[in-house]
Amino acid sequence: MTLGERLRRWSRTESASGLLLVSPTAIYALLLLLLPLTAIFVVSFWTQDFLTFDMTFTLKNYREAFSDPLYMLLMGRSVLISLSVTAATVILAFPVAYFISFHVPANRKSLWIFLITIPFWTSYLIRVFLWKVILGYNGVLNSGLLGLGIIEEPLTFILYNANAVVITLAHAYAPFAILPIFVALEKIDRSFLEASRDLGENHLVTFLRVTLPLAMPGVVAAVLIVFIPTIGDYVTPRLVGGPDGLMIANMIQTQFLRLNNAPMGATLAVIAMLIVTAISLGFILLNRKFLKGRK
Amino acid sequence: MKGGWLRSYTIGYLVFLYLPILLLPLFAFNDATVIAFPLRGFTTEWFSQLTEITALHDAVKNSLYIAVVTSLLSVTLGICAARAATKYEFPLKKSIIGFIMLPLVLPEIIVAVSLLVVLLQLGLNLSRWTVIMGHVLICTPFCIAILNSAFGNLDASLEEAAYDLGETRWSTFRLITLPLVMPGIISSLLISFTISLDEFIIAFFLTGTEPTLPVYLWSQFRFPAKIPVVMALGTILVMASVLLLTFAEYFRRRGIRRSGGKDTGGFL
Repeated sequence: MTLGERLRRWSRTESASGLLLVSPTAIYALLLLLLPLTAIFVVSFWTQDFLTFDMTFTLKNYREAFSDPLYMLLMGRSVLISLSVTAATVILAFPVAYFISFHVPANRKSLWIFLITIPFWTSYLIRVFLWKVILGYNGVLNSGLLGLGIIEEPLTFILYNANAVVITLAHAYAPFAILPIFVALEKIDRSFLEASRDLGENHLVTFLRVTLPLAMPGVVAAVLIVFIPTIGDYVTPRLVGGPDGLMIANMIQTQFLRLNNAPMGATLAVIAMLIVTAISLGFILLNRKFLKGRK
Repeated sequence: MKGGWLRSYTIGYLVFLYLPILLLPLFAFNDATVIAFPLRGFTTEWFSQLTEITALHDAVKNSLYIAVVTSLLSVTLGICAARAATKYEFPLKKSIIGFIMLPLVLPEIIVAVSLLVVLLQLGLNLSRWTVIMGHVLICTPFCIAILNSAFGNLDASLEEAAYDLGETRWSTFRLITLPLVMPGIISSLLISFTISLDEFIIAFFLTGTEPTLPVYLWSQFRFPAKIPVVMALGTILVMASVLLLTFAEYFRRRGIRRSGGKDTGGFL
C-alpha cells in the first residue's frame, strides 16, 4: 500500500472526519490563543529598549517583579481579594442553588435559573459603575440612609477600598457560582437522601454527610470559575477600588498602555497566571477525594 | 412551609442581584445632575441629549458592526467544533476541545494583552477587525456550550434515514440537521452578539481610533456632569440586553423541545 492510498483510506475514517471538522476552530484557537500566550511568555524574558524590544534573554523583569514592593503588594492584594470574593460568592450562592434544586417545582427551575443569569448578561461596565454610584459618599446608600435618619454622617468604609471591590465582584460573579452548584445538586439521586433519613439521620446530618459531599464537584467548579477570572479583573478595582483597592490587572494595563513597557507587563501577567494555576491546582488536590470515581 | 427561610433568602439574593439594574431607570428619568436620593422629578432630558452626541453614534455603529461580524464568525466556528465533538471520536479530542473552551476561564486581560503583543509585533494596525479577533475567541466557547446540547439532543437515526433515502452528506445536513439545530444556532448568535456588545477589556486594549460603545462609556465616566446621560444610555442598553436574552432563551427552549431533549436550564 502506497502512502497516498493509506492517506486516502485514513481520510474516510471517523478520526479524520472529526479532526477535519474541528480544524477551523482548533486552528483559530491555535493562532489567536496558543500563539499569543506563547508570545507573552517569550516577551516576558525580553526588555524594553526605548521603542523596540531588546530580544536578549534575561530574568531582569522577574527579579524586578519579585523585589519591587509595589508589585508584590498588588499581587498579594489581588490574591487576597480574589480569595475573599470567591469565598463570599460561593457561600452566598450555595443556599440559592440548593433552594432552586430542592424546593422549586421541576417545571419552574429553568425560569429561576434564567432570572439569575439575566443581570450577569447586562452591561458589566454599567453594573460596576452603578455600584460606585450606590456606595459613594453622596451615593444612593448614604443619601438614602441619611434621609431615613438611620445614620448621622455618610459611611466612608464602603467605597474606594478593598471592601467595595469585594462587594462589587461578588455581585458580578454570582451566577458563575450558582450554576455549577445547581447542576451538581440536580445530579444527586434523591433516594440517597431518603435512605439516610430512613436510617434515622436528621436533616442536618443528612445534609453534611450525603448532600454536601455529593455537591462538592459543583462547589469546586464554582470556586475555580470565580477565582480565576476575578484575579485579572480590571474595571472593578479601577472604578470602586480607590488607591488601596487597585489590583494586578491595573498594573498590567499601566505597563502596557501608559509606561509602554510591554515586557514588564508580560512578566506580571505570567506571574499572575502561575500563581492562579498553583492555587487552583492546590485546591483541586485538596478536594480530590470528592472528585474522583464518579461520573 | 418547607424551605421557608431558604425562599426568603433566595428572594433577598435576587433583590441584591437586581438592585443596580433597577436603580438605573430611576436616575435616568430623574431631573437632577447628582445621582442621589431623594428623587427630584421626571425628565426625558437625558434621553434627548443622547440623540445629539455624534461620537456616541459612531461608537454604536462600531459596536454593532463588531457584534454582528463576531456573532456570525463565532457561531460558524462553534458549529464546526460542536458538530465534531458530538458526532465523531478523534485523537486528542478532549485536549483540543478543552483548549478551545479555555477563554471561558482565562482572565480577559490575559487574552487582551497577549493578542496585543502579537498584533504589535506583526505591525498590524488596531482596528475594528482586531477587536473582532479577540471577541470571536471569547464568544466561540459560549456558542459551543449551547450548540453541544443542540447537536447532542439530535436523534442520529433521522440522519441515517436521510442517507438511506439517497441524500448526500451535505443535503442531509442542510435538510435534516440544520433545521433541527436552528434554534440553538439562533440562541448562540444572540448570546455572542450580546457578549460582544458588552465586552470592555478586550475592546479597550485592541481598539484603534474607532472606540466601541463600552470604550466610549468608559471615557465618559470621568466627567461627573455626563453621568445622568450615561444612566439613560445604560437603561437602553440593559433593556436591549434583556430583550435579546429573552429571545435567546426562547429559542434555546424551543430547540430542546423540538429535538425532544430534557431542559437542564441555563446557558452555561
